[in-house]
Amino acid sequence: MLTIKNLHAEVEGKKILKGINLEINKGEMHAIMGPNGSGKSSLASVLAGRDNYTVTEGEVWFNGKNLLDLAPEDRAREGVFLAFQYPVEIPGVSNLNFLKTALNEIRAYKGLPALEAREFLKLTKEKQQLVDFHSNLMNRSLNEGFSGGEKKRNEIFQLAMLDPQLAILDETDSGLDIDALRIVSNGVNKLRDAEKSFVVITHYQRLLEYIIPDFVHVLYNGRIIKTGTKELALELEERGYDWLKEELHLKESV
Amino acid sequence: MINSNEIIDDIANKEYEFGFSTDIEMDMAPPGLNEDIIRFISAKKNEPEWLLEWRLKGFAAFKKMEFPKWQHFEMPELDLQALSYYAAPKQKKQLNSLDEVDPELLATFEKLGIPLNEQKALTGVAVDAVFDSVSVATTFKGKLKEMGVIFCSFGEAVQEHPELVKKYLGSVVPHTDNIFAALNAAVFSDGSFVYIPKGVRCPMELSTYFRINAQNTGQFERTLIIADDNSYVSYLEGCTAPMRDENQLHAAVVELVAMEQAEIKYSTVQNWYPGDKDGKGGIYNFVTKRGICKGTSSKISWTQVETGSAITWKYPSVILQGDYAEGEFYSVAVVRNKQIADTGTKIHHIGKGTKSRIISKGISAGRGDNSYRGLVSVGPRAENARNFTQCDSLLIGNQCGSHTFPYIESRNKTAMIEHEATTSKIGEDQIFYLNQRGIDSEKAVALIVNGYVKEVLNQLPMEFAVEAQKLLSITLEGSVG
Ligand SMILES: Nc1ncnc2c1ncn2[C@@H]1O[C@H](COP(=O)(O)OP(=O)(O)OP(=O)(O)O)[C@@H](O)[C@H]1O
Ligand SMILES: [Mg+2]
Repeated sequence: MLTIKNLHAEVEGKKILKGINLEINKGEMHAIMGPNGSGKSSLASVLAGRDNYTVTEGEVWFNGKNLLDLAPEDRAREGVFLAFQYPVEIPGVSNLNFLKTALNEIRAYKGLPALEAREFLKLTKEKQQLVDFHSNLMNRSLNEGFSGGEKKRNEIFQLAMLDPQLAILDETDSGLDIDALRIVSNGVNKLRDAEKSFVVITHYQRLLEYIIPDFVHVLYNGRIIKTGTKELALELEERGYDWLKEELHLKESV
Repeated sequence: MINSNEIIDDIANKEYEFGFSTDIEMDMAPPGLNEDIIRFISAKKNEPEWLLEWRLKGFAAFKKMEFPKWQHFEMPELDLQALSYYAAPKQKKQLNSLDEVDPELLATFEKLGIPLNEQKALTGVAVDAVFDSVSVATTFKGKLKEMGVIFCSFGEAVQEHPELVKKYLGSVVPHTDNIFAALNAAVFSDGSFVYIPKGVRCPMELSTYFRINAQNTGQFERTLIIADDNSYVSYLEGCTAPMRDENQLHAAVVELVAMEQAEIKYSTVQNWYPGDKDGKGGIYNFVTKRGICKGTSSKISWTQVETGSAITWKYPSVILQGDYAEGEFYSVAVVRNKQIADTGTKIHHIGKGTKSRIISKGISAGRGDNSYRGLVSVGPRAENARNFTQCDSLLIGNQCGSHTFPYIESRNKTAMIEHEATTSKIGEDQIFYLNQRGIDSEKAVALIVNGYVKEVLNQLPMEFAVEAQKLLSITLEGSVG
C-alpha cells in the first residue's frame, strides 16, 4: 500500500530525513519509536504534504500513485490520515460543520454524493460510540479550549469518521489518562481491518500492549536504524536507546 | 503543492466578478458643481421651492467646509468639478409594470443576481431598484399601500408626501453635518423613502439595490426611513457596480427615525468595485448613515457587510434619545488588495436606561488596511446606560493591516461600558490541518471566515445572509488550485 524509498527531506535548510525506507502492506500495524527530535513527526508531515518540508531525494508510492505529486488535500482524499501530535485550534468553526465539510469533500473526490443530514448524524452517533467521544464536544469550535486529551480523542474520532486507508497516529497516546488510553486503543483496534494500515508513533511500550504492532521501527537521526516485532519495544523500554546508538556508531566506524 | 503564500496571492489577485457596463442612453448634466446645476437638478425633478432652498443651503455649507484629516488613510484627490451631478436613464413615459422596463436594464439586474420579478413576491421582498439616479421599477406598492406603508423613490415622496419629507429631511443628518453630507444635500439625486404608520409591522423586507452605472457620475443617494409609534420595518440595501477606470465618489446619506417603541433594522451588503489589485479605479464609499431613536423603547439596528469599494468610510450611528432605547451595530468589513476600510459606529446615549451593542469583525487580506473607529458617548441624563463592544480583527497574510480606535466619553457614573477586542490570524497550520482532512485551501479559508463572521451574518434576513456568505467566499477564496 505504501512504499517509501530512500526518502530525504529538509526543513529550513536543515537535513531531517536522511534516507527512510519503509514498506507497509494492507492490514498491517507499524509502530515507530525513537528519541526526541529524531524525525518521527517530520516523516508524518512529509507524508501528509506539509509545505515547509522539502523532499530532496527519494520516492513515496501510495496505492500505485506518486504521493509526493499530490496536494495535501488530495493525499487526504486518497486515504492518508494524520492524527496530529499537536492538533490546532480553529475558533468559530464548529466541530460538526468541519467534519461534514471534510467528509463530503472526500466523498466528492470519490464521486459519491454528499451525505444527507440524517445519514451524517447517524454516522456521527455510531462513531462517537465507537471511540466514546463526548457529544458535547461536537458543537464546540474545532479543538478550541479542548483539553490535551480531548484534542487527541477528537483526532481518533475524526479518524473513525473519515475512514482512511492509512492512518498515521503521531503520539496520540501522550496526554491521555489511563482510561482514555484504553478507550482510544480499543477504538483503534475496532477500526483495524484487512484493508487498513496504521503507523503509530509512540514513546511508550504501554500503548503497544493494547495495540499489538506487526512491526516496530526505531527512527534515529533521520533513519530507521532497527526494525523488529513487538519484543523490540519491550527491549527498548528496558534498555533505552543508547545500546542502539552504540551499535550504530560501531557499524558506522567500521 | 499549494502554500499559503500562493493562497494569499490568489486572494489578492482575485478579479472583481461583477465588472461590466450597460449601454443605455443617458440623460446627463454637464460636469461641474455650482448653483446653476443645483437649480437644474431641482427643476428636472420638479421640486417645490422649499427643497431647492434647502439644497442651496447645503451648497452654501459645503463651500465653507474642508475635507477631514483625522481618518486613517490618505485622502484621494477628488475633483468635484469634474463630476456630472445628474444622470438618468432616458425614459419617455411613465411605466406601469416591469414589462415596460428596458430589457437591457433588467438583464443587468439579472447578471447581478437580483431577481427583480415575481419570484421576489414569493419570498416576500419588495424591490425598489435604483439605476443610477432615478428609480425605474417599484414593485408591491399596492400591497404595502393597503397597510398604509409608503415605500417609494425619494423623488416620488417629494411629490406625493411633501409634508413628511419636509418634516424629517435633514432632521437626523443636517445639511451642515459634514462635507459629504452637505454635498449630498446640495445635489442628491434620488433614493428611497419609507414611512411605516403607527402600529404597523411591515409584512415584507423592503429591499433596494443600488447600482452605479454611468461613467463619471457621482452618486448621491438619499434615504429616509420613518417608523412611527409601535411599528417595525426591516430594510435591505445591496449594491454591486461595474468595472471602470476612474474613481467614483459615492456620498450617500441615510436617515432613520424610530418613534415610540418602533424598530428599524437596516441591513447593507456592499460590494462595489474595489479597484484593481493596485487599488486603481475603485469606488469611494463615503456615506453618512445615522438613526435616531426618538421614542421611548425604540430600537435601531445596523448590520453591514462591506466587501467592496476602494475606500469604505462610514460610521452608521444611533442617537438613543428616548428612554430605554436600544441601538445595535453589527459589521463585517473585508479588505484585500489595496482596499481601505475606516468604519465603525457612534452611539450616543442620551435617554436613561439606553442600551447598545457593537459587534465588529474586520478581515484584512493582501495589502488591505482595516480600521475600526467607534465612539460610545453617554450623556449626563443617561442613567444606567449600557454598552457592550466586541471588536475583532482577522488577518490573512503578512502585508495587511488592522487598527482599532475605540473612543469612550461618559458623563454619567452609573453607565456601564464594556469593550473587548481580539486579533487573530489565519495560520498556515490551520489551513494545513484542514487540508489534511481533505478540505482544499479555498474552502478552508471560507470555513474559517464564515465561522468568524457568523454572529454578524445571523443578524441578516435569511436569504440575504446566504448571499452575503457567498459574497465573502467569492471575495476571499480566489481561484486556488
Ligand atoms: N520548522 C523547523 N525548523 C527547524 N527545525 C525543525 C523544524 N521542524 C522540525 N525541525 C527539527 O527537526 C528535527 C525532527 O523533529 P521531529 O518533530 O520530526 O522530531 P520527533 O521525532 O517527532 O520528536 P518528538 O519525539 O519530540 O516528537 C528536530 O530537531 C526539530 O527541531
Ligand atoms: Mg514528534
